[in-house]
Amino acid sequence: MDQPSATEPDPEGAGGGAGDGVIHTHALTKRYRGGQLAVDGLDLTVPAGSVFGFLGPNGSGKTTTIRMLMGLIEPTSGSARVLGHPMPRASRTVLPQVGALIEGPALYGFLSGRDNLIRYDAADPTADPRTRGTRVAAALDRVGLAAAAGKKAKAYSLGMKQRLGLAAALLQPRRLLVLDEPTNGLDPQGMREIRSLVRELASDGTTVFLSSHLLDEIEQVCTHAAVMAQGRLITQGSVSDLAGGARGRLVVTTPDTADAARVLKEQGVGDVVIAENRVTSDPPEGEPAAINAALVTAGVRVRGFGVERASLEDAFVALTGEGFDVAG
Amino acid sequence: MSQVEAGALGPQPARSRRTTFRATLFRNELLTTFRRWRTLALLAVLAAVPILVGIAVKIETGDGDSAGGGGGPAFISQITNNGLFLVFTALAATLPFFLPMSIGVIAGDAIAGEANAGTLRYLLVAPAGRTRLLLTKYTTVMAFCLVATLVVALSALAVGAILFPLGDLTTISGTRITFAEGLGRALLIALVVAASLTGVAALGLFVSTLTNSGIAAMATTVGLLITVQILDQIPQLHALQPYFFSHYWLSFADLMREPVYWDDLVKNLGLQALYAAVFGSAAWARFMAKDITA
Repeated sequence: MDQPSATEPDPEGAGGGAGDGVIHTHALTKRYRGGQLAVDGLDLTVPAGSVFGFLGPNGSGKTTTIRMLMGLIEPTSGSARVLGHPMPRASRTVLPQVGALIEGPALYGFLSGRDNLIRYDAADPTADPRTRGTRVAAALDRVGLAAAAGKKAKAYSLGMKQRLGLAAALLQPRRLLVLDEPTNGLDPQGMREIRSLVRELASDGTTVFLSSHLLDEIEQVCTHAAVMAQGRLITQGSVSDLAGGARGRLVVTTPDTADAARVLKEQGVGDVVIAENRVTSDPPEGEPAAINAALVTAGVRVRGFGVERASLEDAFVALTGEGFDVAG
Repeated sequence: MSQVEAGALGPQPARSRRTTFRATLFRNELLTTFRRWRTLALLAVLAAVPILVGIAVKIETGDGDSAGGGGGPAFISQITNNGLFLVFTALAATLPFFLPMSIGVIAGDAIAGEANAGTLRYLLVAPAGRTRLLLTKYTTVMAFCLVATLVVALSALAVGAILFPLGDLTTISGTRITFAEGLGRALLIALVVAASLTGVAALGLFVSTLTNSGIAAMATTVGLLITVQILDQIPQLHALQPYFFSHYWLSFADLMREPVYWDDLVKNLGLQALYAAVFGSAAWARFMAKDITA
């Protein structure tokens, strides 16, 4: 991934007034009845106005954390504050201002898409029934389901169900959107639409908390990220800081790979790896141009030379020492 | 189109009008329940019982004069004289099993079915509020009790009017009452029958909070119903039987006495209230503390 991360132009402060973050947890812990420790002493801070990527392999405790933040699961110990109020105690105050998509959409198959949204809206005691029809239509329109609004939800494709779930999260103006794997089941075009929707919402000042196991998805839309593995928080911070924390790679493209590798070793760079037409290594301590000069002087036909920026995936591997798709 | 900017700050202005909005979930719940194919199928089965009973009695007595005495549900021998008795017969025939079974299905599915479909988490995040949602569910199940009973009664009244003569009727005590008064008694009996089901409704709702499988909750509730009905027939359990929710169910027939014999009717309603209080509280306690993992 050599594409720059899509950082919004200073979204900070747009959400406003949430003190120490829109989401703030302290030593949040959940141990299930079987004794399994799902979340272990989580200290998480989500800044207001950020698009916050919540990363981790399947089974790393992301969904349990989200359920605790949404008041669905009682923490074993520790505390969680959302929009400045303690959860789950302040659910009635906090949740009307939060739109959520948790572990995929859940719909009433025998109801139309529109009636599904009407039902979820009726469940919110702060939602005004007089504007319900308008808000439901606007939400359907926003996710591109206006044409299928009258169809029974059981006839929807997975992608359409996902969109309807998103529409339910957009029924009211929200200060926080919690989206758990929002692009699951969507085709590439749908994924792009969701990403642009997330950016649009964020530029309006909504804080977006986005969980995903897809690193490049996070890298494309998020300003901040946290990484979880086996119930513990490994790191959190801005995406550029996280990716910057991992070292990039020096890449030399050349047909003379053996010679290039020898020269690189002579220049004192470590971890030289030869691949087809490419030699990669740790980035040099000093000026990379000096290395290039040494290669050319030694008669290596250099066709490409540069330092590749580290991706979030490199950062993750560096942090956990394992591949990303390993289930906790 | 962009609807996020407006309320980005502070709570909704709607907060002060919350009381106006409180009933909307109940209305929506009723609508959702009665749009389910399953609910309609249950009501169709209940409506079919009086039709079957009516036709059977008609065929049985087609050549002779009155239906053979002795067997069958209460009042069955009187149907040929007065179609209104089909209402009482149909309620007596459906109360032991068909009615409570359909209540068990609806109540058992109330929370567990939503959990099973995953819609429970979205209702709670909306946020419906756990107490509010549970009360909505219980009220809806009770509304279903009433609708189910009225479906049986109205179907029986229609079939009775078509197949048999209508007119003044004789009470169990032997006194004569007018047809209009008979209709009044029939309505009162339907209300008492519906109230007799509130205990099962609370029990089913409690079971529904224990599991994430709608089918398991329905099966457990119906299983408990059958078990209690069987235990109620075992003489050795005589001391326990007054506490079974079904023990006084057929006391509704006492409304057809002149004067009405209230003792068992009051015991029945008291017992239903007790079941509703005990299992309603248990359901609430369980649901408040439940981790929603489905």
